[in-house]
Amino acid sequence: MSAPADAALSQLREQVLAAVASGTPLCIRGGGTKDFLGEARVGEVLDLRGVAGVVDYDPSELVITARAGTPLALIEALLAERGQHLAFEPPSFGADSTIGGVVAAGLAGPRRGSVGGVRDFVLGAHLLAVNGEVLRFGGRVMKNVAGFDLSRLFCGSLGVLGPLVELSLKVLPMPAVECTLEFELSAAAAVVAFNRWSRLPLPLSATSWFDGRARVRLSGVAPALEAACVSLGGRVLSGDESRCWWDDLRHYRLAFHANRAPLWRLSLPATAAPLALSGTGLIEWAGALRWLRTDEEPARVRAVVAAAGGSAACWYAPAGQPMFDVLPPAALALQRRLKAAFDPQALFSRGRLVVGL
Amino acid sequence: MPTSPPVALSDRSLRRDEVVAALRAVLPVDALLASPEELTPYECDGLSALRQVPLAVALPHTEDQVAAVLRCCRRLAVPVVARGAGTGLSGGALPHGDGIVLSLARLNGILALDPEAGTACVQPGVRNLAISEAAAPFGLYYAPDPSSQIACTIGGNVAENSGGVHCLKYGLTLHNVLAVRGYTMDGEEIICGGAAPEGPGLDLFPVVIGSEGLLLVIVEITVRLLPRPASARVVMASFDDVGRACDSVTAIIAAGIIPAGLEMMDRGATAAVEPFCRAGYDLTAAAILLIESDGTPIEVEDEIQRVSAIVRGAGAIAVAVSGSEAERLRFWSGRKNAFPAAGRISPDYYCMDGTIPRKHLARVLDEIRGLEQRYGLRCINVFHAGDGNLHPLILFDANAPGEWDRAEQFGTDILELCVALGGTITGEHGVGAEKIGSMCSQFTDGERAAFAAVKAAFDPAGLLNPAKLIPTLHRCAEYGRQRVHAGQLPFPELERF
Repeated sequence: MSAPADAALSQLREQVLAAVASGTPLCIRGGGTKDFLGEARVGEVLDLRGVAGVVDYDPSELVITARAGTPLALIEALLAERGQHLAFEPPSFGADSTIGGVVAAGLAGPRRGSVGGVRDFVLGAHLLAVNGEVLRFGGRVMKNVAGFDLSRLFCGSLGVLGPLVELSLKVLPMPAVECTLEFELSAAAAVVAFNRWSRLPLPLSATSWFDGRARVRLSGVAPALEAACVSLGGRVLSGDESRCWWDDLRHYRLAFHANRAPLWRLSLPATAAPLALSGTGLIEWAGALRWLRTDEEPARVRAVVAAAGGSAACWYAPAGQPMFDVLPPAALALQRRLKAAFDPQALFSRGRLVVGL
Repeated sequence: MPTSPPVALSDRSLRRDEVVAALRAVLPVDALLASPEELTPYECDGLSALRQVPLAVALPHTEDQVAAVLRCCRRLAVPVVARGAGTGLSGGALPHGDGIVLSLARLNGILALDPEAGTACVQPGVRNLAISEAAAPFGLYYAPDPSSQIACTIGGNVAENSGGVHCLKYGLTLHNVLAVRGYTMDGEEIICGGAAPEGPGLDLFPVVIGSEGLLLVIVEITVRLLPRPASARVVMASFDDVGRACDSVTAIIAAGIIPAGLEMMDRGATAAVEPFCRAGYDLTAAAILLIESDGTPIEVEDEIQRVSAIVRGAGAIAVAVSGSEAERLRFWSGRKNAFPAAGRISPDYYCMDGTIPRKHLARVLDEIRGLEQRYGLRCINVFHAGDGNLHPLILFDANAPGEWDRAEQFGTDILELCVALGGTITGEHGVGAEKIGSMCSQFTDGERAAFAAVKAAFDPAGLLNPAKLIPTLHRCAEYGRQRVHAGQLPFPELERF
């Protein structure tokens, strides 16, 4: 442990113990680049940025261990030096994004559809408990079934179970070569094609559809990509065009994202039929992630998506609209009991993940 | 090993009569076993060293019957141990003396298979291999392949988060299941995960996967099916030094290659399987590696060439590449039959399952050789080397006085070593009843208390598979007393991670 990180951890512990003693709610925060995510934030800020630094990285182990406040950019640069990456391609909403925030937010990028999400790459997590103890779950090895897999429960928890102070993540080699093919297709036809191609042994690593254009990214060794390009056809994008597109898509930097009119992030079974909702869309993950800019009534959007077997998050919300869907009563009751197991006074990130949790 | 508190025989038979009568009211006649001869086959799972006869065995045909059994047991406060095929190696399905076994073997329907979405919705009693067989006509398969895949059920795989030889590239059960639906002990229906990748609230899915039957009884599982790779070939590399074999493993990964399978066997293991399987292993080699590449023929050719160059550079004394599917299967036959082969050369064997950071493989093999001397027992080694998951097979004779105790101590020492090197006591077999003591060395009181609190959030009455996975404080105190020899922990020279 580095001395500044130790000192920062001690300080955090003091703040947590004091908050527990006085019953003060705490708002867990890293770089603050995802303040917009989730429901309203309440409580005194618990700033994780000081608990920073890479603890262990041995490329041949395919694992990196870092303290929660370590900047995502630093980790990605370190991995890139050794030809590796975080394969789930987490979006960064600014230079201050931290690895703790990445895990707590649970957001993954274009490669989610082919390699899995944040949860699939978390191997271990250290949690600062309400009694000031650091609890270590999971570990630094690929296979580990000792005890409940709590390190993955923290993914996407937005801090409701407490502050994560250290994380171990699986990393993968970067693909040798990548290229992108483009097709003129309707949204419906694109989703059908993406799913058909996903069932074939092709080196597909991302798919997107926007404004009449379907794009697929292929990743792997050169001869395999050449063969896939021949079998799929389509227009080959230039290297720069390809990189820019997937980077902008990953980091939500397209003009489509910049428009602050109401925007929905819809999570659906990939093969779900086109939804009976008006608006303009952007499709990722072979149809499993569909962005929709629409003026439709929020209740109607949620109902249509639920009927299709999905869930809706209101990304840029009209005032007063919660971000996430409401949980059914039995599920909410179980989640409350689970939160109480870690945070009996409900001090951490109160109400941020689910209203009433 | 955990046993129920002593109860006078007559009390136990009264209780059994009460439980059996209550279950008869909710189950058809052919769905309840209660006579001693019917119960005996259920007294253990794949870990036959631990045995306990349950009060009764319920074999429901339907989901409604499962829910009814749970409600009945909840009302009477009867412990429930869910069971699939009973192939588990950690005593996870070891019955509770005051409880019943809930066998899900008859819930064995493939409810839906959607080739377009690449998913199958199945009941828990479906065998692992049966899913791939059903998906084969569509060019799809279910990737996790534990060595018991002919017999083991998908429900058991979910309970244990099972792996297999291909999980380095394709992941564990967790990565290949999309959703599970089950019941809490209170009879409440819970769905975790889904065909849609994101949902509101905490994601309970990863906690339920691998929860060893302590949280929910699963009745439906949606799995992801992958396109069957067009081709697969295996490189078999022989080494005259175990260290060089281990270095090769690291070199392959460091070169950016993630093989479909990366397995190691030491000389003891190859010698045990070769007479039995005729796999063609070099018996003079100190260790062999089996490295599988899969994908399109072009991808496979490319990877095989790179892998062959790396193992030669790392000092392999012989390198063979499978030239046909028959040869590929022959190379694998020895590895896949390592456990039965151990059973053939020794009256009994005890299979361990620790995982360590890959860089410590050679070190652990060295230490295991020392432990063989110390305990006077042989140990042969097969590893999922690619992900650092060890399967030392300790050979012993249960009929020889003291040998099981020595084998158990030997195994516990190996697990302590794994923890000390930054690894874990179980990579894929689960804690069950077997490794509950070793949980005390891997986790602190606070961490174990968190596991217990999670268990209580799902199962406040503590009736689902009690006395498994999470040791009590008392048990850990007892374990500590047994393990500290003359005030010294095993491996005192190692820094504890």
